Amino acid sequence: MEALLPRSLEEALELRAAHADAVPVAGGTDLMVAVNFGRARPPALLDLSRVEELKTWRRENGTVFVGAGMTFARIALELREFRPLVEAARSVGSPQIRSRATIGGNVGTASPAGDAIPVLAAYAATIVAGSTRGERREPWNAFFTGPKQTTLAPDELLLGVEWQAVEGPGSFAKVGTRNAMVIAIAGLCLQLDLRAHTVRLALGSVAPTVVRAPDAEAFAADVVPWDEPERALPEQAVSEFGRLAAVAARPIDDVRGSAAYRRHVVEVLARRALSWTLGDRR
Amino acid sequence: MLIRTTVNGRDCEADVWPGASLLALLRDELGFTGSKNACEQGECGSCSAWLDGELVCACLVPAVQADGAAVRTVESLGDGERLHAVQDAFLAAGAVQCGFCTPGMVVAAVDLLERNPQPSDETIREALAGNLCRCTGYQKILDAVHLAAAELS
Amino acid sequence: MSTTVAPTGSGIGTSARRVDGIPKVTGEYAYGSDLDAENSLWGFTLRSPHASARIRSIDVTAARRGDGVAAVLTADDLPARRTFGLEFCDQPILGDGVVRYAGEPVAIVAAETLEEARQAASAVIVDYEPLVPVTDMEAALEPGSPRVHDFGNVLRHVHILHGDVDSPEAEVWVDGYFETGTQDQAALGPEAGLAVPASDGGIDLYVATQWLHVDRQQIAPCLGLPEEKVRITLAGVGGAFGSREDVHMQIHASLLALKTGRPVRMSYGREESFHGHVHRHPSRTWIRYGATRDGRLVACDVRLLLDGGAYASSSPAVISNASTFASGPYEVPNVRVEGTVVYTNTPPCGAMRGFGAPQVCFAYESAMDLLAAELGIDPLELRLRNALHTGSVLPTGQVITGTAPVREVIEKLQAIPMPPEEPASGRDPISYPGGAGNVSRGESLRRGVGYAVGYKNIAYSEGFDDAAEATVTLRPGPDGPVASIRTAAVEYGQGLYTVLAQIVRSELGVEDVVVEPATTESGSAGSTSASRQTTMSGGAVLGACAEIKQELAKHPLEEPISRTFTYHHRPTTELDEHGQGDPHVAFAFAAERAVVEVDVELGLVRVLQIAAVQDAGRVLNPQGATGQVEGGTAMGLGLAVMEELQLQDGNIRNASFTDYLIPTILDAPPIVTEFVEVPEPGAPLGVKGVGEMATVVATSAVIAALRDATGRTLNRAPATPEDLVGIRPPATTAGPAPVPDVPGQKAIPEYLGLGLGQQELMKARER
Repeated sequence: MEALLPRSLEEALELRAAHADAVPVAGGTDLMVAVNFGRARPPALLDLSRVEELKTWRRENGTVFVGAGMTFARIALELREFRPLVEAARSVGSPQIRSRATIGGNVGTASPAGDAIPVLAAYAATIVAGSTRGERREPWNAFFTGPKQTTLAPDELLLGVEWQAVEGPGSFAKVGTRNAMVIAIAGLCLQLDLRAHTVRLALGSVAPTVVRAPDAEAFAADVVPWDEPERALPEQAVSEFGRLAAVAARPIDDVRGSAAYRRHVVEVLARRALSWTLGDRR
Repeated sequence: MLIRTTVNGRDCEADVWPGASLLALLRDELGFTGSKNACEQGECGSCSAWLDGELVCACLVPAVQADGAAVRTVESLGDGERLHAVQDAFLAAGAVQCGFCTPGMVVAAVDLLERNPQPSDETIREALAGNLCRCTGYQKILDAVHLAAAELS
Repeated sequence: MSTTVAPTGSGIGTSARRVDGIPKVTGEYAYGSDLDAENSLWGFTLRSPHASARIRSIDVTAARRGDGVAAVLTADDLPARRTFGLEFCDQPILGDGVVRYAGEPVAIVAAETLEEARQAASAVIVDYEPLVPVTDMEAALEPGSPRVHDFGNVLRHVHILHGDVDSPEAEVWVDGYFETGTQDQAALGPEAGLAVPASDGGIDLYVATQWLHVDRQQIAPCLGLPEEKVRITLAGVGGAFGSREDVHMQIHASLLALKTGRPVRMSYGREESFHGHVHRHPSRTWIRYGATRDGRLVACDVRLLLDGGAYASSSPAVISNASTFASGPYEVPNVRVEGTVVYTNTPPCGAMRGFGAPQVCFAYESAMDLLAAELGIDPLELRLRNALHTGSVLPTGQVITGTAPVREVIEKLQAIPMPPEEPASGRDPISYPGGAGNVSRGESLRRGVGYAVGYKNIAYSEGFDDAAEATVTLRPGPDGPVASIRTAAVEYGQGLYTVLAQIVRSELGVEDVVVEPATTESGSAGSTSASRQTTMSGGAVLGACAEIKQELAKHPLEEPISRTFTYHHRPTTELDEHGQGDPHVAFAFAAERAVVEVDVELGLVRVLQIAAVQDAGRVLNPQGATGQVEGGTAMGLGLAVMEELQLQDGNIRNASFTDYLIPTILDAPPIVTEFVEVPEPGAPLGVKGVGEMATVVATSAVIAALRDATGRTLNRAPATPEDLVGIRPPATTAGPAPVPDVPGQKAIPEYLGLGLGQQELMKARER
């Protein structure tokens, strides 16, 4: 096994182009598990931990860009404005994990249970990839093609994620069997856009990829009293929102939970998230 | 490949296969066996150490990332004669039984108190959520952190 | 906070600091996995992926040629006895023509690095012929079932009959069916050790284990060595809870060391560890209680079934223990218990904290709650009305001659204040059920309270003389006399060595006490299990001190005085053909109350408080004893809500800490502990053990509380979110498992003349 240690983004992209079989690693919190267990023996590691350009984030007007190398610990500290993202970041593993695990790793691994991905979906984020051929931008839903599958080309590296900041409350939640250190049995992220009067709901761990719930979104956009922030939604409408959210889930039975429970969790969490975000308007 | 790193202020180097973790580097090559291996997948925190000042699971850090970096382990605590306040508090409070989780737990507790000298119960629980203990049921570990916080203030 | 920090004392009754504490907090304490030697090799094990298969051939040529490889061994290379086992030598060192569980060792490799050993293992070509496995404990009893061993799938059946189990005195009957899943000890320290070949042709082993001498007894014949040439020194043990009772890497590492002439270290990874040690027996229990209308128990009828997995381990003792406790800590004049442990093609089960008692406690406490509801009597009142006491006659006919302060334990529990009510809204988000997942702002929270009372034995039973030897030496020193204790007893965290030091300090008035490393140079101290060591090794140390004191009475201390004492507990008997006898040395009782908060929409749990009262005889170290209760409670809580090894066709699906979940600090509640100290007559210092009783009752108390909160049946442990929301229905049964036809109460291998040392059992047989 070789180790390639670029010190700049340019160098990293060149090495990536030259070594198609080198596995990129930043935090290592996914890859090293497989390596430690003897399950992964890549011919080479492409260590991105020294590429400072990947570890930045910026906000220019309404566009937010978060570099792939940003850790969840830093996201939780520095991107306070984006509450669902912070909630998701804080739910990742432990302090030890959060200080290393990166949003790029979460996106690159592309597990349907990846904690940041429902937030990116609810933000309608764009995935930014780079190579010696230049930059490529792709909407999140085109980028994730299946469980642990993406359109990232063998010569590409993840540069970061980008979204248009929306004005409005949002919420992230995930369920596991114990109170900490869980891979989500089901999770979701809800984001209200108080300007555009839209609702975005993304579901995690209940389909081959993270999915949005378009019927639930359309229904909510219709019934939310946009011009009356003090007014609550009738219980019936909240329940219908939950029902429509669960319908969008396509979960399976696995060692962590059953499909039936997952659908049930989506329904409950969707109702709660809607009530919370509406309440947070006030 | 040759890794050059600083562990607890001392320059060290060793030759490891590139897939090795920082934990393997510390334990098998450099003789720092204080950090423990209980799961090799970052679930238990027994391998907790500091890498450039940040609390990490050494089992998940590729050793190559420690090249040129400063590593701090449980062996850095205390001054050879006296125990660190957290170490002493663990003993005073009865927070040690088999002791396998203890180095990682102590490191995580020191990290917490360095950042938050008077943490609440909830803050302690969140900070130690990644450190598993099978022997104590955690109650005396909470006692120990409060005791150390009082001692250090 | 659970306890205030006690002033540092040093003798009996004080919360003296751990004698091994400093190296543990500095990281210097050397566990089995920390040991190394000059010129050492790494050992690694290749394991079967099949639950049942014939081994047609094993080709090690490529493996032997691997980089850094010093040796590759299979069953063909075994020099002497080919099997080992705690009660019967039925477990092959390496797959010998057949494999009987997924994870069974098939080949071992020694190489310069662990990575090279792993690579070599994957280069071993094993030609398996998969066979149809039997992986369900009831299927194992069916006549057409595949046989794990030639003589059939019943390992032991215990029959206990006392009185008339259909007694007409009973006016009200309740019955229930209860299941517990497979729990893993999940000790953080892995199976590990170092084997060093010696110049006399023998072996020096440094290993994390629970009983040095029983290890040696099994290891020596497998190496073709006399016991004196197998010298074992205890390495630091990172927890055990039963998983170190059986031999794990000892024989493998020794064989590799003797073959290569170099030290061999082995340390299991977590995934391998799940496969490399025994687990808690999963159980199915059918139980029926009959009582008078005013709540007096009349009869109890129990059918109990445990799955022992592929090899015997200590299953024969577990089924017997569990069966004797199956009617609970209550006076029941008419009892029948039919308890069976079967073989299946699953990873072997054996000792785990509680040793069968937690499983039956779940059944009898759940049934007692059903009975209380049926009678309209308060659940604790029902228990008080029937509580055992000194003089009570047990279902085995044994009369309790020691203390049995069950009433006092329950009353003390009742007196512990409940945790205060908390408002549903406005809390720190992490304090809601679901914790770090941010799933709640206080919705759908319901509180529940549940109780459980239980008991089990102290020390080994059914005629087993598990004596303990200790040597105490007192010598003059420059700053005053110094004492040392030499014992083969294993310390694996419970604080045994600290307690032994406290005894010496109090008895000899010496502050400076050292505990020497444990080796097979000393006589056996028996296993560190069965909550026995404070009694047994405590008794040995006490006896040695008494003899030293006698000596000191004659003349002052000028030369070192050394005395060795072997402590025996009172004799016990086997069970006769009706399960009657005097099988247990002593009993310890415990009761717990769990207060839980459940998010009933999501089925997520936050335990608010567990109150624990334990009958301890005499508490030698309050902080240490409380620590045992707290840790034991957490382990029971794990089985209640989250811990289960999931097996599919005999394969473990969740052999990692990602998916085998043990409680984190965010799952562990405040635990309030109290002790009832009524000295046990005849026991050294009046002590009883404290290690297991909390685990016996905690699972049942928590599930009882979850029932209270959710109104659901919850007849299975663990009760997962799916059970709590009702998506998974209660476990059902087609009726009690049939009672097998057996020659008697003993384990079947014994009737076949297959005692310790028999090789016949393990010849590869045609199916």
